[in-house]
This record gives sequence, structure tokens and C-alpha cells, in this order.
Amino acid sequence: MRERKTLTFLLMDPPYESARTTTAFRVLQVAAQRGYDIKVFAYEGAVALSFAQQTAHANAVHGRDAETEHHPLPKDWIAALMRDATANGGRIDWVNCGLCVDERGVGAAIEGVRRGSPADFWKLATDSDNTLVIPTRG
Amino acid sequence: MASYLLIESRDPFESKDASYLSDLAVRLAKAGSSVSVLLVQNGVFAARRGTHAETVRRLAAAGVDVFADDFSLRERAITATSLADGVKTAAIGSVIDHLAAGHKVLWH
Repeated sequence: MRERKTLTFLLMDPPYESARTTTAFRVLQVAAQRGYDIKVFAYEGAVALSFAQQTAHANAVHGRDAETEHHPLPKDWIAALMRDATANGGRIDWVNCGLCVDERGVGAAIEGVRRGSPADFWKLATDSDNTLVIPTRG
Repeated sequence: MASYLLIESRDPFESKDASYLSDLAVRLAKAGSSVSVLLVQNGVFAARRGTHAETVRRLAAAGVDVFADDFSLRERAITATSLADGVKTAAIGSVIDHLAAGHKVLWH
């Protein structure tokens, strides 16, 4: 049986802007499928990843309705990751930087996401087996 | 001995600072650390035979293992036959393998 690890990830990029988000979710998916305890600290623009009011839309330019467009929503990816982790015996503790949330007006997060501060990132990292920071491009 | 996984996501043709990561990898390896480099996203452009193959050769000569993310390669239609000598493909789960093993994992 695989040893259950606790891993912390820090994300910084907002949704729909960088391939780093896609890669980060791919990494998180593997950890979720292995049943690890996963801590995510979303900082700066990444706090919008879990924004509950994201809405799928049609694409008038290409003449596609919303169903055909099948627009991906990061909030749904997070919810799916949380389900995956739970199904495999792990869990995801997703923490949004509160000040970053307020600055962007994205306080309405999906269920399972909590508000915190950069000090929480330090605590999460301290209590974890390992940590990966995926910084936005400077 | 410390073990490192250095993740390069930047296109070497676009980002001059992509060379910083390979320089760091070589120095860490020469200092006695176990070092792997994983190329992801546009970073996999460095994995092809051609202009940046010298970077891979330099890493390999220093004892650094070089991997390219299989998904990023497929996204860019880079086939196994077009990879520079010394580059191996890896699944993204290798990042979790290194984290779980307690290695230091750095993203650039």
C-alpha cells in the first residue's frame, strides 16, 4: 500500500491565461488519484480559479451554442479534483488568499474552498512532506 | 546527497533565462547532488534535435537526467524520433514521485 503523503502546492496564475494552470491541474490530478492529502494555497490571480460564478458560454463567432462549446470551467476542475481525492482516500484543503480575493471581488468560492492568508501557506508547507511553488512568470 | 527536480516551462527560443535553469542544474550536479530536469509546456522545444541540443548534451555530461513531459510533446507534435539524444519522455506523475520522495522540486 502506498504511503499517504501530504503535499502542498502554491498557485499564482489566474484562469484562462497560462499553460501553467493546465500543468498544475495535471499534477494535482495525479496526487488526488494516489489518495494523497493535498493542500493548495491560491495566491494572487489564482484565487479566481474557484470562483463560483464562472459561467459556461456560447461562442457566437463560431456559431456554437453553450452545449457544443462545452466551455471548461476551472471551478468544475477543482470540484472534480476534490471528488477524486476523496474517492481515493485523500482530501484537498484549498485555501484562497483573502486579500487577493477581496481585491478581485471573487469571494463567492465553490464549496470546500476556504479563506486564509499567506501565513496559512507557511503553516501548510511546514506541516507537509513537500511543497511545490508554481510561480507566475516574472 | 540532496536530490533535485528542476522543472523548465519556458521556451528557450523566447526566454533567455531558460539557460539559468540548466546552469543551475549543472552546478548542483557538479556539487554532488542528484539532479533531474523535466521540460514541460514550451520548455519541451529544448528537447528537440537542433539549436538547443547542446544544452541537453551539457546537462547529460554533468550527470543530469533530462526528461520531457509526454503530454507537452504530444501537444506540440514533437515525436520521439525528433528528440535530442539523452532526452527521455516522462509522465507528469514524475513530479509527484519526486515530491513524495522528498526531493527538492523547483519550477521555472
